[in-house]
This record gives sequence, structure tokens and C-alpha cells, in this order.
Amino acid sequence: MTATLIEGVPKDPMLERRELIQGVAHKTLSRRMLMSRLIVGSCGVAFLIALVPLFAILYSLVRKGIHWWSIDFFTKSPQFPSLLDPNAVGGISNALIGSLVIDGIAALFAIPVGIVTGLFLAESSSRFANLLRMTAEIMTGLPSILLGIFSYQMLVIGFHEWGIKLLGIGFSGLAGSFAIGILMIPVIIKASENALRSVPFTIREGALALGARNGVVARKVTIPTALPGLITAVLLALSRAVGETAPILWVIGASNIIEWDPRHEMASMPYLIFQSATSPYTSLREETWGIALTLVVVVLIINLGSRLVAARLQRERR
Amino acid sequence: MELPDPLLTEKQKSFSVKSDMAHWSVLYGVSGLFALICAVFLITVIVSSIPAWRHSGFSLLYGRTWSQGTNSFGALPIITGTLLTTAIALVFAVPIGLGSALAIVHLLPSKLRVFASSLVELLAAVPSVVYGLWGLLVLAPWFETTVQPDLADLTDHHFPFQAPYEGVGVLLAGCVLFVMILPMIVALSRDAIAIVPREQFEGALSVGATKWQVLKKVVLPAAKTGIVGAVTLATARALGETVAVALVIGLNPLFPHGLFSTASTLASTIALQFQDATPLQVAGLGALAVILMALTAIVNWFGRRLIRRSAVRANFI
Repeated sequence: MTATLIEGVPKDPMLERRELIQGVAHKTLSRRMLMSRLIVGSCGVAFLIALVPLFAILYSLVRKGIHWWSIDFFTKSPQFPSLLDPNAVGGISNALIGSLVIDGIAALFAIPVGIVTGLFLAESSSRFANLLRMTAEIMTGLPSILLGIFSYQMLVIGFHEWGIKLLGIGFSGLAGSFAIGILMIPVIIKASENALRSVPFTIREGALALGARNGVVARKVTIPTALPGLITAVLLALSRAVGETAPILWVIGASNIIEWDPRHEMASMPYLIFQSATSPYTSLREETWGIALTLVVVVLIINLGSRLVAARLQRERR
Repeated sequence: MELPDPLLTEKQKSFSVKSDMAHWSVLYGVSGLFALICAVFLITVIVSSIPAWRHSGFSLLYGRTWSQGTNSFGALPIITGTLLTTAIALVFAVPIGLGSALAIVHLLPSKLRVFASSLVELLAAVPSVVYGLWGLLVLAPWFETTVQPDLADLTDHHFPFQAPYEGVGVLLAGCVLFVMILPMIVALSRDAIAIVPREQFEGALSVGATKWQVLKKVVLPAAKTGIVGAVTLATARALGETVAVALVIGLNPLFPHGLFSTASTLASTIALQFQDATPLQVAGLGALAVILMALTAIVNWFGRRLIRRSAVRANFI
């Protein structure tokens, strides 16, 4: 029995409204569906477009780079093409070792500083901690070339005012390590703070209740529990550091021989890519693909490693 | 600790108090060291640029000629180049990145979703010099012979699309930057979109809204802060990108007169003009560094604030 059956009584306004809405919805349905399909479809297209450069880069890297890989490529030092032999390019062992030494030293001082500062940020809520967190976040986003300038002024040139002579060690691998290390620290701080914060407070309280002091709790409870997260943090920072070119551009000089001593000028993989990409020799430009493929493989292995550790961590949590 | 505690020996008491002191002094010491490094970093970069400011004054900011040979430091063309390449990158990256993020969260089946996400994040891990290499050796010849003449023909050689076709230049730098910041935008805005509760999405669907209506009226408004934050951080990265741009911009310290013309950006000028620079010229590059630092620090600070408000965990950036 609806209201319309009774003579003289006005229609129910609610019902009228519902009918109106249903009518409009029905009439516009096909238009709305079409619009939706169009836009959702273009989202899919956008995703496909986003994948194009990925595959284009990987294709170029593998197709033009893989045939450079040989024993000589990894064990010999570079040669410059001459008129007699324009295809002689030698190998990249000096750059491999340079990268290893530079990034190794950088990691050596960036890891402890980064993790301890991360611990501080996770445990303290003072104003100093908040300021430091903001500083670390802004440092992460600063262009890395600025660190190159810093390292150049601090270590390569040094401080020669008022009769004091400080640092000034010249172009060297050490100056590169310094720049790369400062680049790594904020990344490690950020990720390790997150890892340390995710340690349940109940575990730490348990240890505190047994009479352990903060230091013992941090060393014996918090850090071991968060270890997979910390490893992820370090690997993440390392995978970023290995590929960075800008900070070492100003400071490591150049070397064509195998150099283990970080106090001397060194070669490095990303820097070598930058150099030979702009080289006038075709053979050197082509060789760049081999170096780039090597670098990308190294970076991806480190990156995948950090992902595997993170995935394992999540599985254990469940 | 005024009353003697019978349960603790004197040695234990002193040890435990000391150990806590040691803990906090190590934490404060090491994080103070990091703060000190940051402060010295800031001061060093600013101090190293002082001779250039003394030499040119504020015309460093608005001067129209940058010429290292004659020591005239006017950064306006370089700042223009930086902003222009970043703008080109954003014009492409924002719609495509946002579309891909929506596609990853709400279109792809869940198995493919994880795969697509890790693909995008791997792309983010590729070092920037490799992007530059790809731009220089693969894209530049293609741009020179195909893309640029075609674009010019299509637009009848009007203003931004006129010859000469050099391959390298503003457009190519913008495109390489686009490819570089795309993974960042996709990954961060994907997180922002994924945080919006599934119930809200399904609730809107159940009252008869189409998928696009739900995305437009429910998902995007809720994820807005995170998405804007993602774009802001990507902008900061594009502004400061050094090596990839240095390889494909053609380093020409003049105002770009079209999309195909060579130009220069702040970071690429610093990277490329450093070799055989006199101390005064190094100071001039230091002044560029100060401008770059101010620009990226402000954009970054703003982006971080937005990201933090949106509760996206920007762990990997």
C-alpha cells in the first residue's frame, strides 16, 4: 500500500527523492561506467608506459654490456686506445678495487655512527633528538654533489688560516670515502631508527625489570632483536653509496693503475662510467656498457639482499 | 640511592650507575658527532662561496651571464635551466606516476602487485650515472634523428620546437629526469594510496559509485597529503640531480631558447666546471652550491613534513 493510492494525500517526499536519485543514477550509469573504464584504462596504460624505460635500460645494458665480461675485463687495468690498436681498452680492475676500498672505508665509519645515532633517536625524545631527526631527513635529500664540495674543501684543500695547517691530504680515495660515508649516515640513521623502534617495548621492559641498565638492554636486547632491520638499513645505504658518482667527482682524482692505498688518487666504477661515457674514443664509449652492467649487477645484488633480509624479518614476525 | 640497599654490593651499584652514564654518553657523543659534521658541512659550503659573493654581490642571483673565463658569475640562466628541466620531468612523471600507483594498488591482481612493486623499486636503485649513460648513448641519437625533427614538423617549427637538433639539451635532460623520478613518485604515492582503508573503497563501491568515482572522491582525497609529499620529494631530487643531467644537458651557460637547446643546471655546472677552475671560480661554483642547497633543503623539508603527516614510511629514499 503506497501513499499514491490514496486520493488527495501528497506523495511521500522521501519516496519521490529516492525515485529521482534512482532515475538519475540509471540515466547516467552508462556515462559514468564509460568514464570509469576510460580512466581506469589510462591508469593501466600509464603503468605500461612506466615499465618501458625499465626494460629499455635493462635491454641496452645486457645487450651491449654482457659481451665485455671476460676474465681480462675484471683483472686487467685500463689501456688507452692508440692509433695502432683503437680497440684496446683493457679492463676495470683498478675501478673495482677503488670502489671496494672507498666504499669499504666509508661503511666502516658510517655504520657505527649511523646505528648509534639511530638508537639515540629511537630511545630519546628530547628536542635535540627531534632536531637531529629533521637534520638527517634533510641530509638524505640534499644533492650529493654538495658532499663532494664539502670533502674537497675539508680534506683535499684543508684548513690553512691563522697559521694553522689542518688536513689537506690532496686528491685521494680517503676524501672520497669521507663524502660517501656522510652520504650513508643519514640513510642508515633513518632506516635503523625505524628498525629499533619496532622492537616491542615489552621485551625491553622485561629486561629493565630484571635490573638491566639501559646500556645493557640496548646491547643485549634491542640491537640483537632489531638485527635483521639493521642489516637491511646498512645494505640499503651501501647499495646507494656504491652507485654515487657526484660526491667523488671532485675528490678522488684519477688513477689508471691498481691502487690499494686510500691515501693516493684512486679510480672508482661510477666515476669510470662518467669518464668513458664522454670519451672521444668509440671503443671506450662502448666499453662503458660493460662497466655499467657490472655496477648495476653489484647494486642490484646488494639491494636484493636487503630485500631478502627484510622479507625474512616479516616472515618471522608473523 | 640514599638508603643502603642490602641486595646490591657497592661494586654492583657503582657499576650499574656508571653503565647507564656510559650508555647515554656514547649515544649523545656519537649523535653529537653527526650533528657536528652537519654543522661543519653547512659552514664549509657557505664559507667556501664567500669570495664569489664578495666579487659579484647579489648579482650572483639575478645576473644574466655565467662565464667562467671572465669570472662573471650570474646564475639566472643556470637557475632557469634547473627549473625548466625539473618542470619537464614533473609534467610527464606526475600523471604517469600517479596512474601507475593507482594501477598497482587497485587494478593489478595481488600476485602481480608485489612483482610490479619490486620492479619499480629496483628501478629506483639503479645508479643515476647509468640513467645518464643511457640518455647519452641511446636516447640522444634517437632524439637527434627522429624525435626532435618530428616534433618540429608537427608544430611547424614554432617557438619551443625550433632547430638545431642536437639530441642533448633541455628536453632530453627533462626526459632522463622523468625516468629517474618516476620510481620515486610511484613507490611513495603507492604507499599513500595503499594506506587508505579497503573498507572505504568497498563501501563507496557498494552504494553504486563506479571505480573512477571511488578513486576520485574517496581514495585520492584521503591520500592527497602523501601524494603531494611524494611529488615534492621527487621535485627536490630532480632539482639536485647531478651526473645524469651533466651527461645529457650539453652544458651551455646561456638561457635556453627552446626545448631543443642546450642549457645547464646548478648541479651539473658544479660537476663539470670544477676541473681546472681557479680558487675564485671554485668559490663561484660554491655559490651555486649554496643556491642549490637552499632550494633543495626548502623543498625537501616541505616534502618530509607532508610525508610524515601522511604516515607513509619513506624508508628507502
